[in-house]
Amino acid sequence: MAMTGVMRPGHVCIRVLDMEESLVHYKDRLGLQEVDRDDSGRVYLKAWDERDWFSVVLREADAPGMDFMGFKVDGTAALDTFEQRLKDAGATTERIPAGELNHCGERVRFDSPTGHLFELYADKDYMGTMMGLVNPDPWHEECCTGMAVQRFDHCLLYGSDIDGTVKLFEDALDFRLTEQVMDGELRVAAFITCSNKAHDLALVRHAEDGKFHHASFLLGSWEEVLRAADIIGRFKISIDIGPTRHGITRGRTIYFFDPSGNRNEVFHGDYSFYPDYEPITWTAEELGGAIFYHDQVLNERFLTVVT
Amino acid sequence: MERAGDETFEVFITDTGESFRCGAGQTLLGGMERLGRKGIPVGCRGGGCGVCKVHVTAGEVRCRKMSRAHVSAEDEARGIVLACRCRPASDIRLAVIGSMDKAFLKHAQAGGAR
Repeated sequence: MAMTGVMRPGHVCIRVLDMEESLVHYKDRLGLQEVDRDDSGRVYLKAWDERDWFSVVLREADAPGMDFMGFKVDGTAALDTFEQRLKDAGATTERIPAGELNHCGERVRFDSPTGHLFELYADKDYMGTMMGLVNPDPWHEECCTGMAVQRFDHCLLYGSDIDGTVKLFEDALDFRLTEQVMDGELRVAAFITCSNKAHDLALVRHAEDGKFHHASFLLGSWEEVLRAADIIGRFKISIDIGPTRHGITRGRTIYFFDPSGNRNEVFHGDYSFYPDYEPITWTAEELGGAIFYHDQVLNERFLTVVT
Repeated sequence: MERAGDETFEVFITDTGESFRCGAGQTLLGGMERLGRKGIPVGCRGGGCGVCKVHVTAGEVRCRKMSRAHVSAEDEARGIVLACRCRPASDIRLAVIGSMDKAFLKHAQAGGAR
């Protein structure tokens, strides 16, 4: 498929309680590389296989959670078009000038019915990978440290009106529903994509708006998920669940918490979603296996602990 | 990583009448988990989610930074803290405030909007 419009999740800004211990977690354990800091104290990170300057921004604050999630669009004309479409769909938008985030061009920030802030941008400085673009090696051991996550992949967010946020992303940004969980007539979880992944954004219905369930990072194999689990054990990282398999999206996965209680996922493998595909539906009575396919039981902490 | 200090203190959970010994170098929650004990619900273990909120009704604790979304400065002054971020400095009595007992679907439906 031609991938136009909104191309991919490009960054997430996560609030942490203590920057220095958070950097040990995100740099030494996940393997992200520090690429900049700004005057307000935010620290910018990127994964070894990402080409743009940064994908994760950490901000020290009094309460953890997510400040915003950003998506990259294919050009400034698209940015203007999407801004108008967001307004037409009822979202409040705000232009944030280039350079407010280092190395990032102008951003269009918008609110959502679930209370989360998102943003679109067309330009971000190019850093490239260590392997380069001419006759590149597949990877370099110097940059594949810790869990060696390849990229920031998606977020799962919690809020009450998930149908409203899904509709906004469908109507204004051309996202498509890939999978959903239905409790009778009520949609309790939705997985949507702007590309051909099983999800670029996931939403779960929850009484409180604006909550952050996890930021997810891609690994290259199931073996790398098990290797991540060894690192979690060695450094006594607060584990949530796994290694295991999701029914929904088919991801092979492990979940754990950063030192401020924000949940992280590292995972491998889903499937390709094409524009002619119909969404997959999971029913509430089979929810245990839909979430954790091996155990087939609901895990209370995974479902209810958010920041 | 937590290290057990030389000194240990008694942590008494008034809700269940259970107690456990917790090292001065361990958090109240970490000390409980380490012994395989239950009583305080375990969430993120990082001071972020609020699930392990307790009211320390007697004794002294030393606390690290906790999410202000769950523990206000007034709470903290009254001994309402997150067990994952506090280490005992004396014998402790505490009551459990936090919980994780919201069934997903019921909880989801309480969100209301469709």
